[in-house]
Amino acid sequence: MLLEVRHLEVHYGGIRAVAGVDLAIAEGELVCLIGANGAGKTSTLKAICGLISSRTGLIRYAGEDVSYAPVHVLPRKGLVMVPEGRGIFPQLTVEENLAMGAYAHGGGDPSAQYDRFPRLAERRKQVAGTLSGGEQQMLALARALMTRPKLLLLDEPSMGLAPMMVTKIFELVHDIAKQGVTILLVEQNARAALELASRGYVMESGSISLEGEARALLDNPKVREAYLGE
Amino acid sequence: MDTFLQQIINGLTAGSVYAVVALGYTMVYGIIQLINFAHGEVVMIGAMVAFTVINALVPYGLPPLAIVLIGAGCAVPICMLVGYGMEKLAYRPLRHAPRLAPLITAIGVSIILQHVALLIWSRNVLAFPQIIPSRTYMVGGAAITTIQIAILAICFGLMAALAILIYRTPLGTAMRATAQNQQVAGLMGIDINRVIAATFVIGAGLGAVAGVLYGTYYGLAQYTMGSILGLKAFSAAVLGGIGNIPGAMLGGVLLGIVEALGAGYIGDFTDLCQYGWLAGSISACDGGGHFVLFGSNYQDVFAFLVLILVLVFRPSGLLGERVGDRA
Ligand SMILES: Nc1ncnc2c1ncn2[C@@H]1O[C@H](COP(=O)(O)OP(=O)(O)OP(=O)(O)O)[C@@H](O)[C@H]1O
Ligand SMILES: [Mg+2]
Repeated sequence: MLLEVRHLEVHYGGIRAVAGVDLAIAEGELVCLIGANGAGKTSTLKAICGLISSRTGLIRYAGEDVSYAPVHVLPRKGLVMVPEGRGIFPQLTVEENLAMGAYAHGGGDPSAQYDRFPRLAERRKQVAGTLSGGEQQMLALARALMTRPKLLLLDEPSMGLAPMMVTKIFELVHDIAKQGVTILLVEQNARAALELASRGYVMESGSISLEGEARALLDNPKVREAYLGE
Repeated sequence: MDTFLQQIINGLTAGSVYAVVALGYTMVYGIIQLINFAHGEVVMIGAMVAFTVINALVPYGLPPLAIVLIGAGCAVPICMLVGYGMEKLAYRPLRHAPRLAPLITAIGVSIILQHVALLIWSRNVLAFPQIIPSRTYMVGGAAITTIQIAILAICFGLMAALAILIYRTPLGTAMRATAQNQQVAGLMGIDINRVIAATFVIGAGLGAVAGVLYGTYYGLAQYTMGSILGLKAFSAAVLGGIGNIPGAMLGGVLLGIVEALGAGYIGDFTDLCQYGWLAGSISACDGGGHFVLFGSNYQDVFAFLVLILVLVFRPSGLLGERVGDRA
């Protein structure tokens, strides 16, 4: 297993936002994590990345216990998150944002990302805060790829985008996965996510309520009713 | 003599020093939104250390330039250490505390540093030995000394170097990234503790040089010099827009010029004898006498006047962004 999470719990003050989550992702998999608003998906991802200190449980990445690793160490090992809301640096240019993705390696060549995202290439010198939402999401993905990730955690990459752009983002995620990057995808867009992924987890008020093959989840009556709007 | 040009030259000299000190305030504010009130004390320590070393070296007959360089060479690393220490010991533990806590801590650090300096150097004023043969050049009716030229060259050189560091190097980009979003900076593999520490260290190093220059310019250094110099530089940073690097440079230079022009003309303007209707009732005016209400010793007032005016009319400063952009 590339990533193994056991008994993960996150507390915010008195609130238990994540209540004993277990996840396991093998190398090369594309796994999705779906669930209603406030189910604890973002909290789970943040806890895996070390952004939340008030949590318990075990996190193993590439055979190593990283439960207490400082935030900045994980990207250097290839575990990278694209946060909810994209998290680009609004006052840096596109170019500088990409450079920050490569910071941990002491720099890198962005040309592969410009090939993949031609719209970013045209906007190299543009300040990232002035990009459109879709372009910002592309930048967030491109920047994450600059870190040469082994495992990408994507938190709602389709959030707030028009249907055309959503399709495009999902295609990109598919491409990235095909190139051998392991992906854990958090999505509200449950159908698209399950169609893309090989396995899925369903999260409900802090714990995993269902898991299995993506196909099976798509056919599961509970999932169909609660998340696919049928 | 051309008073206007002369005051511009004097103002530019002092202002370039304010600008270098102001950078220390603005860099720290930009990255962790802390007004590091102890920065002025770092500048003072820089001047005190350098003067101590310089005075100790004078008897050995080294070339003057070498003596000053060794003095500054001792002051810079010591101040960097002080800057690093205060971040690590005083501010880092409070990184997630409510904003008032680090602010009050900064005042505490400032008091502590000032009193440590008092213990080491006592109340004595350290004088800068007369080792640099100062020559005066005339430019268009105003005088400029070798020391002024050196101060201008060093300060503008430092500002250019810092601008390159901040806007052209990976560390500088990482600093700006950290200032914009610490969490995401961490997710990109940036060790934000190191970046924040580097900000303090660089600011303190600049402060040390500024302290040495300021002390050299006025010929003396004392444990209290950090308060007034710090407040002026802080005013300069606010004038330019706190958190904004070009703003601190602009604010420092402008403040120096405003102050010098103010000091140069305030005496003329407040000489009551020039106002006929008043002159008759003031006996000091008889026979071409003067009755000056505010002399150039009121120079320091201008920095605070500027600070108040900026805070009232343009709190975000000349180049500062609206506070909302930072949220
Ligand atoms: N910093 C915080 N402080 C307090 N409570 C928080 C904090 N962050 C999240 N929560 C709470 O934890 C719960 C889980 O939040 P989380 O953001 O993980 O949900 P989510 O599944 O990502 O939801 P969404 O789909 O809306 O993004 C919510 O009830 C939320 O209010
Ligand atoms: Mg979320």
